Amino acid sequence: MTEVLLDSLPKFATMLQMLVGFFAIIGILIFAVGLIRGRAQRPLAIIVLLGPSLLLVTVGLVFPAIRTIILSFKNSSSTDWVGFDNYGFIFTNPGQQRVLLNTLCWIIIAPIISTALGLVLSVIADQMKGKAEAIAKSLIFLPMAISFVGASVIWNLVYAYRDPQYEQTGLFSQMVMWFGVDNPPNWILMEPWNNFFLMMIMIWVETGFALVVLSASIKAIPKDVMEAATLDGASGPRQFVFVTVPMIRGTLIVVYTTILIAVLKVFDIVQTMTGGNFNTSVVANEMYNQTFVQFNVGRGSALAVVLFVAVIPLIYYNIRQLRRERSER
Amino acid sequence: MSARIETRPDADQRDRKKVRRAFSSPIASAFVILICVLWTVPTFGTLVTSFRPQADAAKNGWWNAFLHPNFTLANYQEVLVGSSGSNLQGGIFQSFINSLVITIPATIIPLALAAMAAYVLAWVRFKGSDIVFFTIFALQVVPLQMSLLPILQFFSNGVKIGDFQLIPPMTEAIQGFWGIWIAHCMFAMPLAIFLVHNFVSSLPSDIFEAATVDGAGVMRIFYSIVLPLIKPALASFGIFQFLWVWNDLLISKTFANSPFILPITYRIQMMTGSLGSRMDLLTAGAFVSMLVPLIVFFCLQKYFVRGLLAGSVKG
Repeated sequence: MTEVLLDSLPKFATMLQMLVGFFAIIGILIFAVGLIRGRAQRPLAIIVLLGPSLLLVTVGLVFPAIRTIILSFKNSSSTDWVGFDNYGFIFTNPGQQRVLLNTLCWIIIAPIISTALGLVLSVIADQMKGKAEAIAKSLIFLPMAISFVGASVIWNLVYAYRDPQYEQTGLFSQMVMWFGVDNPPNWILMEPWNNFFLMMIMIWVETGFALVVLSASIKAIPKDVMEAATLDGASGPRQFVFVTVPMIRGTLIVVYTTILIAVLKVFDIVQTMTGGNFNTSVVANEMYNQTFVQFNVGRGSALAVVLFVAVIPLIYYNIRQLRRERSER
Repeated sequence: MSARIETRPDADQRDRKKVRRAFSSPIASAFVILICVLWTVPTFGTLVTSFRPQADAAKNGWWNAFLHPNFTLANYQEVLVGSSGSNLQGGIFQSFINSLVITIPATIIPLALAAMAAYVLAWVRFKGSDIVFFTIFALQVVPLQMSLLPILQFFSNGVKIGDFQLIPPMTEAIQGFWGIWIAHCMFAMPLAIFLVHNFVSSLPSDIFEAATVDGAGVMRIFYSIVLPLIKPALASFGIFQFLWVWNDLLISKTFANSPFILPITYRIQMMTGSLGSRMDLLTAGAFVSMLVPLIVFFCLQKYFVRGLLAGSVKG
């Protein structure tokens, strides 16, 4: 390990050089502009402070996005215009249709389950005693700290398959066998259900997020609202449906759309668990595959555009909602 | 709030009791416990497996480890520094270092730039500053996938206008970490600026007026007043960005062009393909990769939650 550490010294040196260089340049510029007196300081300050960010955003996001849209109308090596052929391929080729269908299943199922589970848990947890609530929330929130790659390894072990004549190493197969099934299938190869087994990983990660956010907004419901509901005779479950849920409706939608966006762009889980094989590919994974594995730039770009178009209305809604909430505060 | 509780203690209690009855029934508590167990057991099983000898891990499930306790650190040693037997190419400790080298600048630099930009957009208004802000705000929608290929082409071909090479291509050697750093910084900017802007713009305007009256210039106000005040916002976003970069797979898969700079997530993802049957090594590797995020989670939970909630729309 010491060898590796010694080997990596140059890497740290590069990093430090870069950081020192960066802060030296920025520091000198800020200091120099600060020395200028009078009217000239303001415009120069704006350029120094805002310029680097604008450059990064323009070169890194604006131009590339435009270029991707252009590339999506060209052929695999970007030499000829092909009109809407790439989009036609995505929507008519059976393999690609399967990808779209999988993505649709993902964005319908995973966000609803995560949000609903998070909501129910947050209401129950709200009634628990201090310590118990904190522990339960931490345990369910913990997967949020784990990368999708790490989560995939964890669930790989849960779904591990072995021929039933041997002892099982996967917990899922073993549990199924304890319940009397003699011949558990290889879950990851089991089409189309393997998609749901992958979704489970996403649900596992996102439920904690839903729980923590919703729990905070439930705690923020004014006491007198609950009081009034109780005086009017609303019992627990009725209170939940007619008071709690409407009161946190805004947050509920933000949570749901946030998870929806995360799910729409799911790449790491599919890439690590199956690489998109066994009919489990989704749009984000297929985009990577077409562009960097098959080297079909046109189709890959078209898939990125599909993703982009699908995200727009969601973000629009989310931002509007967040804004409204902010102005109410 | 406290006054109301004092004046109407009975109503408040009654109300709480009623809700409690509905949701703290044994069934509800059992449900929470069940979910907690379901959510924890996979991670726990992975942790146990990572300490089991290769032969045991291949023979039966991790729950057997409690019947015949037999634990070892050998998996961690092998996965970290590698040995002749496996095709680990020197172990993943190298990649752990790479992850650090990638993540630290990719967190600090966007933070610094975002603080600068957010201050200007919030307090040093100029013609068009609103348009700039809303454009950046809207750019959060652009999925990474839209930018990956063009940026990669930009790195390797530079920029040409006609026959004139405006920006030369990066050589492979330079591209290394620089490519990943720059890509992460680019993708971090819109969200970073937006979040810091939210915080900076909520500072009271009196501060700025008083400073201006005292003769402080735009720059002076930035480094002696704004920077110290926005530390909490920077901390929250910093934690989010750190975890985001550390856990990223897509950007490193696209921009890491040499085996010597692969971050740890990339290596683990490769291992699931090449060492898929060596669960003992895979689980140990996964835990090494989770080490840093878990430390952050347990030590800085408050900031961690705040950062995640603020930044969860990114991607």
